[in-house]
Amino acid sequence: MSAAQWRRAMNSAAAAAAPTVRVPPARPRTALPTSAANEVATSWWTRWFARIRARHVVVLVAIVVYPFVASPFFAYQIGAQALALGLIALSLTFLGGYGGMVSLAQMSVAGLAGYGVAIFGTSSAAAISLGWPWWLATALAIVVATAFAAAVGWLSVRTEGIYTIMITLAIGVAFFYLAQQNYTVFNGFQGFSKLGVPEVLGVESRDPVPFYFVALACALAGYFLVKHLVRAPFGIALQGIRDNPRRMASLGYAVTAHRVAAYAVSGLLAAVGGVLMAWYNGRISPGTVNLSAMISILIIAVLGGMKHPIGAFVGAIVYVLLQNFAIDLFVRERFNLVIGAGFLAIVLFSPDGLLGLWAKLRSSLVKTQTPQQTRRQL
Amino acid sequence: MTRISRALLALLALAIVAFSAWALVDNAPLYLKTLLNGLTLASLYFLVASGFTLVFGLMRNVNLAHGSLYLLGAYVGWVVGDHTGSWLLAVAAGFLSAAVLGLLMQVFVFRHMEGQDLRQTLVTIGLSIVLADLMLWGFGGEIYTFDPPPLIYGSTVLPVVEKFPTYRIAVLIAAIVIGIGLWTFLARTRVGMMIRAGVDDRGMLAASGVNVQLVFAITFAIGAGLAGLAGVVGGTALSISPGEDTRYLLASLVVVIVGGMGSVVGASIGALLIGLAEQFGLAYAPTYSVVFTFVIMVVALAFRPRGILGRAA
Repeated sequence: MSAAQWRRAMNSAAAAAAPTVRVPPARPRTALPTSAANEVATSWWTRWFARIRARHVVVLVAIVVYPFVASPFFAYQIGAQALALGLIALSLTFLGGYGGMVSLAQMSVAGLAGYGVAIFGTSSAAAISLGWPWWLATALAIVVATAFAAAVGWLSVRTEGIYTIMITLAIGVAFFYLAQQNYTVFNGFQGFSKLGVPEVLGVESRDPVPFYFVALACALAGYFLVKHLVRAPFGIALQGIRDNPRRMASLGYAVTAHRVAAYAVSGLLAAVGGVLMAWYNGRISPGTVNLSAMISILIIAVLGGMKHPIGAFVGAIVYVLLQNFAIDLFVRERFNLVIGAGFLAIVLFSPDGLLGLWAKLRSSLVKTQTPQQTRRQL
Repeated sequence: MTRISRALLALLALAIVAFSAWALVDNAPLYLKTLLNGLTLASLYFLVASGFTLVFGLMRNVNLAHGSLYLLGAYVGWVVGDHTGSWLLAVAAGFLSAAVLGLLMQVFVFRHMEGQDLRQTLVTIGLSIVLADLMLWGFGGEIYTFDPPPLIYGSTVLPVVEKFPTYRIAVLIAAIVIGIGLWTFLARTRVGMMIRAGVDDRGMLAASGVNVQLVFAITFAIGAGLAGLAGVVGGTALSISPGEDTRYLLASLVVVIVGGMGSVVGASIGALLIGLAEQFGLAYAPTYSVVFTFVIMVVALAFRPRGILGRAA
């Protein structure tokens, strides 16, 4: 999407959103004291800039400067991987936090996108890979994975609540076994290696700094897409459905359609994350989509906190840091024990994850603020 | 049931009959052997899934650590069997160890988060990760196997199939016995009646003066114990190694999704369908055998979203 198109889309979406949603429910604190008519009149970027706080600037500067300051290991292994994983976890945060549907198949969607890159593009398995140019392969992979996510959604929204987690888990594990057993399409146990990575204007995008920025651009786009969607009519309706599907249905909303659409959107996010992961690793194999990988996405999302999109990235950073340095800090090779125990502790003692901890900490430190102000509403 | 779905079902039945006829004419021993293997696998799946469905039906607790209970029972059973040399003691130890762990989980964790379905499920995921890593730590990545007692060891000569492992026939019979036992327990005893009442209406059961926590604890112990028992029985039929927990967790998930959650009879139907589909898939279309399992799940969900014998929660 070009910049002009994007702006137009944002404009029309904002105009459509403004009359129906006067107070953006995502952030009551930042609601402007203008009337709805004024809100439509002011251009979208004035309102956009009015919302920017000092911490936003600090974070933005930090993530842009980071790869130039940090060593290639930190930029690539930690930074880029956390961004890609965070994007996949973000898809779960959107689906679970705003749609109330906790899907464990997000990693399968991401993995399918990765497989798509390998199958449509170039890889070591020349007999299977079609060798199409990277942009075509990537676009197709994302489309296929998004369609898969919508199909998973269509299947799992037939039942409700806790059943969702079971059905998506079953689908995800079945996909893992299929990828492992099938040699004609998924190349079985060894999967694909030496994936073709895009090379634009002579810049190899797997070099640490360019790849970091590719990942950062995708992650930021995903983050702002979610931020925008949850304030748009679609997102508001989705949150309504999460809280009371029966009431929303009686108000005339197509509950199933909204849910399937939410799956498709989250599938798009996960697919982009999966393509990034495939490029990052340079290979894709059934191990990428096994049960522990599926659960690690859930861990990341829950660890960070599902009440705000930033939680996914916070969780991803903590997870990747633990993954890389747990070996030095704790007993060797007991990473799963550490991460499992940490996950248990978070679920048992702070259901809102690290963001919830942070909010608690802040409300206890800053006594002047009332609890309503510090508590983040969705 | 609409006319279209009835016609589709008839078409499916016709396809299965046609396939069976072709397979019998083509290679009868292979077909019958696959059928027997499928039944054996189905009995194993039933043993694991019946506990899962029991716990889910009563407590709305999707115990994703169920696979870990299976593996734990298998490992503990192996240690006991190795020390005492008695396979029956190993089975008992597998049942008891998993039952005790399930009881502890219910009393110390799940009792404190009643009604929070998602949080309970997340806790079971955390537990399954921790348990899997602890077991990997304790037992390593090796493959363990059991020796069943001589009575059911070796092979039996059957018509057409010729040789078939006696142990697998024993598993089949044991599963049928346990299934009937479980059904009798649920349908004919007082505690079973309480459990069934709890599945239908938990609040009403508590209001009529039953100690619901005790019923929950008993159910959880039995459900977990069945997983541990299946661990030893399944470990003898196949083998035990890290990763088996995932396999049986998937199997129980699919079985209860297909059969209907909370129904033991549904679990037996689901186990039969999945076990047979998996074995026939492996024998006749090896690289796509998982797809059959999946297709069964999709078809079941498409026609009956709550499973074949599932009822509204």
